[in-house]
Amino acid sequence: MEWVLFALIAIPLGTVPIFILIPSRYPQLVRNVAAVSGFAMFVLALLVFTRYEFTGGSGLRFDLQLDWLENVAFLKENGITLHLAVDGISAPMVLLTGIVIFAGVFISWNIDYRNKDYFVLLFLLVSGVFGVFLSLDLFFLFFFYELAVLPMYLLIAVWGASSHFGTFTRTKEYGAMKLVLYLVGGSVLIFIGIFATFVEAGLGTFDLPVLGSVTYDENFQKTFFPFFVLGFGVLAGLWPFHTWSPDGHVAAPTAVSMLHAGVLMKLGAFGILRVGISLFPEGAEFWAPVLMTLGVTGALYGAVSAMAQRDLKYMVGYSSVSHMGFVLMGLATLTTIGVNGAVLQMFAHGVMTALMFAMVGAVYDQAHVRDMTVFGGLAQKTPRLAAFFAIAGLSSLGLPGLAGFVAEFHIFVGTFKTYPWAGALGVLAAAITATYILRMLAMAFFGPFNERWAQIKEMRLGEQFGGALLIFFIVFMGVWPAPFIDRINDSVQFILRV
Amino acid sequence: MDLNLDWSLLAPEYILAGWAGMVVLLDLFWGRLRKQQLAYVAAAGALTSALTALIWVNEDTNFANLIDINNYTTLFRVFFGLIGVFACLASARFVNDRLLHAGEYYGLILLSVLGANLMAAASELLTAYISLELLSFSLYVLTSYAKFDLRSNEGGLKYMLLGAFSSAIFLYGISMIYGVSGSTRFSEISAALSADTSGFDLAMFLGLVLIIAGLGFKVAAVPFHMWTPDAYEGAPLPVTALISAIGKAAGFALFLKLFSQAFIPLVDDWRVFIAVLSAMTMALGNLVAIQQHNIKRLLAYSSIGQVGFLMMGIAALTPDNADAASALVLHLVGYVISNLAAFVCVIIWYNWTGKEEISDLAGAAERAPYLALSLGIALFSLAGMPLFAGFATKFILFQTAAEQDLLWLSSLAVFFSFVSLYYYLVVIKQMYLGEPEEPTRFPTPWLEYGALTLLVAGVFVLGLYPQPVFDLVEQGTTAMMAASGAAGAVGAPP
Repeated sequence: MEWVLFALIAIPLGTVPIFILIPSRYPQLVRNVAAVSGFAMFVLALLVFTRYEFTGGSGLRFDLQLDWLENVAFLKENGITLHLAVDGISAPMVLLTGIVIFAGVFISWNIDYRNKDYFVLLFLLVSGVFGVFLSLDLFFLFFFYELAVLPMYLLIAVWGASSHFGTFTRTKEYGAMKLVLYLVGGSVLIFIGIFATFVEAGLGTFDLPVLGSVTYDENFQKTFFPFFVLGFGVLAGLWPFHTWSPDGHVAAPTAVSMLHAGVLMKLGAFGILRVGISLFPEGAEFWAPVLMTLGVTGALYGAVSAMAQRDLKYMVGYSSVSHMGFVLMGLATLTTIGVNGAVLQMFAHGVMTALMFAMVGAVYDQAHVRDMTVFGGLAQKTPRLAAFFAIAGLSSLGLPGLAGFVAEFHIFVGTFKTYPWAGALGVLAAAITATYILRMLAMAFFGPFNERWAQIKEMRLGEQFGGALLIFFIVFMGVWPAPFIDRINDSVQFILRV
Repeated sequence: MDLNLDWSLLAPEYILAGWAGMVVLLDLFWGRLRKQQLAYVAAAGALTSALTALIWVNEDTNFANLIDINNYTTLFRVFFGLIGVFACLASARFVNDRLLHAGEYYGLILLSVLGANLMAAASELLTAYISLELLSFSLYVLTSYAKFDLRSNEGGLKYMLLGAFSSAIFLYGISMIYGVSGSTRFSEISAALSADTSGFDLAMFLGLVLIIAGLGFKVAAVPFHMWTPDAYEGAPLPVTALISAIGKAAGFALFLKLFSQAFIPLVDDWRVFIAVLSAMTMALGNLVAIQQHNIKRLLAYSSIGQVGFLMMGIAALTPDNADAASALVLHLVGYVISNLAAFVCVIIWYNWTGKEEISDLAGAAERAPYLALSLGIALFSLAGMPLFAGFATKFILFQTAAEQDLLWLSSLAVFFSFVSLYYYLVVIKQMYLGEPEEPTRFPTPWLEYGALTLLVAGVFVLGLYPQPVFDLVEQGTTAMMAASGAAGAVGAPP
C-alpha cells in the first residue's frame, strides 16, 4: 500500500512524457489519455482516503521513505529522503485534489489551442500538489511547492483571458506575472525558514518527523514562525497579500482556476499547519492573535469586495479570499475544534469554489461576458447550470446540509471559545456572503429573462459530469461529515499536542 | 628536496597542446577539409584529453610540487574537457557561416581548456598565474575573433586591457604574499600563516585584497565586473558561451583551491569581505539584468548574479570540512550545464535568424518547439526551479552558507534568485506568447540538437538525482582539502 502514495505523484508526472510523445495532430488522443490518467488519480486518492485508518499513533499512514541524497556535505544519514505519508489532514486534501483534477479534465475538454501543452502543464502542477500534501521532508515539500506554482505562469498567460473594464484592461499576462511573483516571493520566506530550522536543529536531515521531535528555543520559534506563516500565507490568500488571487484566478482558464482556488490555496494553509504550527507550537501561540486578526480582516475584506463586484469571476475570486480567511481564523484558534474546522473548510471550499469556477466558465464560454448585470433569468434556458451554481453558492453561504455549513460551524465554535470578538466579525462576514451570493443568483439566473440570451444552451456533458462529481462531495460532506472529522481530528490532536 | 618529475602526469595537457597545433596545421595544409569537420576534430581532442585524465582517478601525487594530480584535478580535467567538447560542437555551424580562420579558432579553444586544467591543478601561485594567463589570452583573442564586427573588436580590447590590468594586480598580490610568507606554494603559505601569531599584518592583508581583486576580475565579481557585458555582447556567440562556462569554472576552481588551501588560516578575516562582495555581486547582477534587451547581455548579467551565489561557497569555507567546497563545485557544475544549454539554444536561434534581441525570440515556441522548451528548461534551471539542476544545487549551496552563520547572505541569495525568475520569465514569455514573424518551422539542426539534448539531460539528472554527481564532487574536494597538508585542514568525513 505504501506505493500508492508514490503512484499518486508518479502518475501525473509520468503522464507528462506520454503527452509529449503524442503528435499534436491527435488532440482527441491527448484528451483520452488525460481522462484515463485523471481517473487513475481519482481512484487512488479515493483509495487513500477510504483506507486511511484513523486510530492511534502519530496518524502517519502508508509511510514510504526513499533515499535521495545523504552522507554528503552537511547531510547525514537520511539527509534528504523522498519521505511520503498521509495523516488525517492530508488524506482529505489528497481526495480533494483527486476530485478536482478529475473534474478539471472534463471541464478542459474543449480546449483546442495546443491542448497537449496545456495538459502537460496542468499535470505537472497536479503532481506538485500531490507532492506537497504527501511529503514529509522539507526539501521535497518545498520542491513540490515550487513545482505547483511554476506552470501557472504559462497556463494563465497562454490559455487565460484578459478582463476589460470600462477604463482599463487587466491583461492575462499581468495576472500571470503577478500571481507567480507573489507566490515565489512568498516562498523566499519559507526558504529562509527552512535554512534556519535545519541549522538550529543540527541533525543533518530535512525529515519533518525528526525535526518535529526537537524542542526549539522559544525566541527562535517566535522569530521564525512568521517566516512560515507569511510565506505559506501568501498562497493561502492571507490579507494583505491576497491581491494576486482575484487577478490571477480571473485571468486563468477555467480548470486552472478550479485547481488553483480549489486546491493550491489549500497548500498554503496546509503548510502553515504542517510546518509552522507543528514545528513551532510556542511561536504559533505567540503569533496566534495576529494571525487571527489578519484572518478576520481577510474574511471581511474579501466578503465586502465580493459584494462590490459585477464580474462573476471576480466575485468568486474575492469570495475565495473571504473563505480562506475563515480557514486562517480556524488555524489561529489553536484549538482542536477550530483547527478541525479549518481543515474541513479547506475541503469544503475546495469543492465548492471549484464548482463555482466551473459554472462561471460554462457561462463565459457561451456568453463571452461575465458581467452579472447583463444576464437575467438564465435558469429558464439552463436549468442545470443554474441549479449547480445555486448549490455551490448555498454551500458557500453555509446552508445546513451542505459542506460549507459543517466547516464554518466548527470554525465559529472554535473562534467564539478563544476570540469572541473575532467570532462575531466572522459571522458578519458569513452574513455578507449570503447577501452577495443570493444577489448574484437573483440577478443572473432568476428574475425576468433577458432576450439577449435566447441562444444560450445547457452545459456540455463533460461539464455536467464534472459538476455532478463536485456536488456529490459537497452534499456527502454536508450530510455525513463523520468520515472527514474522524480522520482530521486524529492528526490535529497530535499536532496540537492535546 | 626530491621532486617528482614524472612528466607523464601531464598527458592530458600534452594531448590538448598537440591537438591544438594539429588543428591549426590541418586547416593550413588540408584545404579540402571542411570547417565543420575541424570542429569535430577539435571536439575529439578535448574528449580524448578528458578521457585520458581518468587514468589518475583516486591517485594522489604531484608534479614537481607545482601541480597536484588528485581527484580534484581529475574532476576538473574531465569537466573542462567536456566543456571544450560542447564549445566546439556548438561553434561548428556558427564558425562555418560567420568566421574566418577556423583552425586557429578551435586551436584556441583547446588551449583555453589547457589553461583551465592547469588552473585547477596548480598548487603554487606562479604556476596558477601562468595558467590563468594562458586561459585569459585565449579568451581575449577569441573575443575579438569576428574581426569585421566593431562590437567584437571593442569587447576584445576592453576585455584585454582590463584583464591585463587585473593580472598585474593579481601578480602584485602574489609578490606581497611571497614577501610575508616566504613561499608561493599553497601549503607553505598556509603553514606560515598558521605559525604566525603576531596578529594583523598589513602587507598580508593588502596581498589578500589584491588577490581577491585579481580573481574577482576573472570571475566577474562586483565591483570588478565592468568588462563582462561588453565582452559578452561583442564576442561571437559560441565564445560568449565559452567565457561564461570555462572562464567562470576555471576561475572558481582556482579561487576555491587558493582560499581553502593557502588562506584558510585567515578565514575569519576574509569571510565577511567575501560575503559582502558576494552580496553586492548577486544584487547588481540580478537587478541590472532586468533592464536588458539583448539576450547576450541578459545572460552576462545573469552570470554575474550567479557568480554572487558561487562566492557564497567561498565565504562559507571552513578548515573543518569540505562541505562548502563541495556545494560550490556542485552548483558550478549545475550552473555551467544550464548556462551552456541556454547558450546552445541562443546559438541555434542566431544561426537561423542572425538576431539576438530578446524581442526577436517572439514566437519561438511555434517555429521551433524543441528549442523553446530547452531554453525554457535552461532558464528555469538558472532561476532555481524544481525538477531542474538549479533547484537542488542552489538549495544545498545556500544551506551551506546558513550553516556558517551566514543566514543573512542565504536570505539575500534566495531573494535575488526570486528576482532572477522575473527576467527569465520575460524571455519565456516572448517565446511562448509572442507572435512569430512567419509561421514556418525551422529545419532541424541534428548536431546542435544532439548536444542540446545531452545538456538538458544533465540538467534533469542533477535536478532529479544528484547523489552520484555529488559523491564524485565530494571525492574531489575532499582530496583537495586533504592535500593542504600542514595547514591543519582535515579531510571531510568519508
